[in-house]
Amino acid sequence: MIELDIKKKLSGAQGEFTLDVKLHIEQGEFVTLFGESGAGKTTLLRCLAGLSEPDEGSIRINGAAWFDKQNKLPVQQRRVGYMFQDYALFPNMSVRGNVEFALRKGAARQRASELIELMALGELQHRKPNTLSGGQQQRVALARALAAEPQLLLLDEPFSALDHETRLRLQDEVLRLQRQFGITTIMVSHDVSEVYRLSRRVLIIEEGRIVRQGPPAEVLGAGQAGGKFSFAGEVLAIEAADVVFAVTLLVGNQIVRVIATTEEAQHLKPGDRVMLMSKAFNPVLVAC
Amino acid sequence: MTYDWQPLWLTFKLAAVTTFILCLIGIPFAWWLAHTKIRLKPALEALVSMPLVLPPSVLGFYLLLAFSPAHWFGGWLDQVAGLKLAFSFSGLVVASVIFSFPFLVHPVQSGFQSLPPSLSEAAYTLGKSRWQTFIHVLLPNIKPQLLAGIVLAFAHTIGEFGVVLMIGGNMPGQTRVASIAIYDEVEAMNYGAANFYALVLFGVCFAILLAVYLLNKKLLMRVG
Repeated sequence: MIELDIKKKLSGAQGEFTLDVKLHIEQGEFVTLFGESGAGKTTLLRCLAGLSEPDEGSIRINGAAWFDKQNKLPVQQRRVGYMFQDYALFPNMSVRGNVEFALRKGAARQRASELIELMALGELQHRKPNTLSGGQQQRVALARALAAEPQLLLLDEPFSALDHETRLRLQDEVLRLQRQFGITTIMVSHDVSEVYRLSRRVLIIEEGRIVRQGPPAEVLGAGQAGGKFSFAGEVLAIEAADVVFAVTLLVGNQIVRVIATTEEAQHLKPGDRVMLMSKAFNPVLVAC
Repeated sequence: MTYDWQPLWLTFKLAAVTTFILCLIGIPFAWWLAHTKIRLKPALEALVSMPLVLPPSVLGFYLLLAFSPAHWFGGWLDQVAGLKLAFSFSGLVVASVIFSFPFLVHPVQSGFQSLPPSLSEAAYTLGKSRWQTFIHVLLPNIKPQLLAGIVLAFAHTIGEFGVVLMIGGNMPGQTRVASIAIYDEVEAMNYGAANFYALVLFGVCFAILLAVYLLNKKLLMRVG
C-alpha cells in the first residue's frame, strides 16, 4: 500500500506552480496519472522512485518510510521498476545483458531466461538494443524492470513512441504481466483509450493537483457514456453514389465508409474534421 | 653521427606514466565536471582549458618557481616526501599531467554529457551503486571519446617541448626527452641525429593517430 503526501515546487510553461498531491494506492492496483504534459505527472513518478526529492511531505510504502523529514531512502534501495519514456536501455549490453544486469544479487540467472521467454525476446537476446524496433525495445525495458523484482512498477508514457498495432499488443502484455505478478503499477499517460484499457482508477492531474479521480468510465466519460457512439474523424474522400454520397473517413487508424445525404455532403470536403455519431443500434461485440 | 635510443625511450615512458595518472584523475574529474551544478563550474572549465591557450613557457616558469626548493611548496615537498621536482623526471610527470589535462578531460566530459541522464537513473532504479553504474554503464558507452582522450593526452605529452625545457632542462636519462634532444642536436649541427629522433617521433605519432581513427570508425559503426 502506498501512502503519499508531498509538495514540490515546479516551473512549467505558465510559470511556477506547486505539485501538491495526496495519494492512497492499494497493493496490486493499476492506477493511471492522466493530464497535460507539464502537469507534474512525471515528477510525481520520479519522487516515488527516488530520482527526485519532494520539498516536503512523506512517502510510505507498506508501512516503511521512503521519504519524510528523517528518512530518505536512496533510489537503489526502493526496489522500484521504472520504465523511462526513452526506455533507457544500456546500448553497450545485449538484450540478455540488459535483463541480467537488473538481476538482484543472488538471484538465479534462470529468472532472466524466463522473462526473456515471457516477453518473446528469445530470438533477439543477443542483439544490441539500438538494432531493435520501438516495440521490441519496450519489451526489453519491461523485462528488465521486472527482472529486479520490483514491489512497485512505474511506467512513464510507456507506449507513446509506438505505432497503433504495437501499442495495443503491448498494452495487453502489460496488463497480463501486471495481473500475473500482482505488482502495484502506476502509469503516466495522456491517451484516453490507454487509460480505459489498462487501469481501474485514473487520477487527473492539472497544474500539480489531482482534480478528479475514479474509474476511467466515470471520470473521463463524465456521464456521457450511454447507448451512443461518437468518434472524431477526418474526411478522406467524398464520392457520389446514385442519389447519396459515400464518404470515406479516417477514425483513429481505421478507414470507414459511411453514407451521407446530398445535404450533408455539400458542406464537407476532404481534410475536414467531423464527428461520427450513431445511436439506437445494436453493435456486434467480438472478443479479440 | 651519434645518437641513442634513450631520449626516445624517456619520451614514451613520460607519455605512458602521464597518461596513466591522467586516467586516474582525469576521467572521474570529467564525470564530475559533466554533472556538477556548482557555481564555480565555468571558472573550473576555464582553468582546465588554460594549457590549450597559454604559452608552455608561462606554465613552465611558474611550475619551476613552485618546484624550486627555495619556494615554500618545493621546500615542503622536499621535506615531507623527499621529492625534488625541479629538473627531475617526477617534475616532468607532474607538469605533463597538468599540461595534457584538457586533452583528456574535454572529450571525456563531452562524452559523459552526451549520454541521456535516464541511463544512469535506470541503473540506480535497478539497485546499482554509482560506482557500478560508472564502470558498467557509463564508461562502456563513451568508448570512442575515452579512446580519443587517452590518445590525445598521450600524443600531446610526446610532443611537449616548452614546459619540459623550462622545468626539466636537458639531463640525459632524466629529463632529456626526444623533443629536447632534437633541438639540442640541431644547435650542435648534428642534423643526422636530429633527423633520426624527428623521424621516429613522426612515424610513431602518425601510427598512433591512424590506429585511433581506424578503431573509432569501427567503434562508431558498431554503435550506430
